[in-house]
Amino acid sequence: MLLKAFENGADGVMVIGCLEGDCHYVNGNIRARARVERVYNILGQINIGPDRVRMYNLSAGEGAKFAAFANEFVEKIEELGPSPINVSRKAEHQTSLQEVER
Amino acid sequence: MITGTPKPIDEILEMVEPYDNIIVAGCFGCVTVCRVGGDKEVQVLSSTLRLAREARGKKLEIKEVCLERQCDPEYLELMRPYVEDHQAVLSIACGAGIQFLAEKFTITPVLPGINTGFLGVTERQGEWAERCQGCGDCVLHLTGGICPVTRCAKSIFHGPCGGSVSGKCEVSKDVACGWQLILDRLKALDQMENYGKIKPYKGWDSSRDGGPRRIIREDMI
Repeated sequence: MLLKAFENGADGVMVIGCLEGDCHYVNGNIRARARVERVYNILGQINIGPDRVRMYNLSAGEGAKFAAFANEFVEKIEELGPSPINVSRKAEHQTSLQEVER
Repeated sequence: MITGTPKPIDEILEMVEPYDNIIVAGCFGCVTVCRVGGDKEVQVLSSTLRLAREARGKKLEIKEVCLERQCDPEYLELMRPYVEDHQAVLSIACGAGIQFLAEKFTITPVLPGINTGFLGVTERQGEWAERCQGCGDCVLHLTGGICPVTRCAKSIFHGPCGGSVSGKCEVSKDVACGWQLILDRLKALDQMENYGKIKPYKGWDSSRDGGPRRIIREDMI
């Protein structure tokens, strides 16, 4: 699902899990972290950039903290710029536009 | 089950480099259980390949499939209607499945997406360990259910060798001495008399030494 988000044009993906030791599914958030790390490694290997995915742990009552994390993540992604997928799609789009103009 | 590990993504990307339209084929058998070649792994690998290729401006079209088993002809036949519409098949089944696929579809290149490992067990979620080498002449009834062929690095049949120290094999301090395990188990079972029954030598003709093996069951043909 995380990789699909990048295929669908996401520049970054935040994963929010509940606080460690406080998951309804006992160790579901720990397992989710391991899955996110796997995607982190995949994105690094294929030069999309590992930092485009990040996991945060929050409780449902921490709205303000969520907003702070979201802002922090958005800033980080803006720093990184569009994902190479979007750069490639934009270039392809421009090439096809030029062909139409000709 | 037959276990395996994913091939490095760079190696797979190099394999699929000449193609722009492939099938990624998984298997619902052993490789699904050891989380290396099932439906989920087909999806993850396909997404990874598409992303890697598109990031370089060279798109890759992928048809994702997962067969019940790649080691049985009836399931492979289900791919026949569309295999030839693709330039290659990247299989993440075990080596047996990959080869059977290549045997059935002779004009389409078949590529391996995993490195097939061993016959093993799930010791815990995410950890598998070897238990059988398929030697074709089982002695587990004499060895307390612990295989000397697999668990002893030298596959010896006469008890621990000089490299066994404090129950560990000289190969690595993380590897238990197979023969120490066998002796401890025989003692616990009060079956130490079996230790003397072990064959003085083992014929390997039923193992790989006789070349590729075949089983023919007349009652099932």
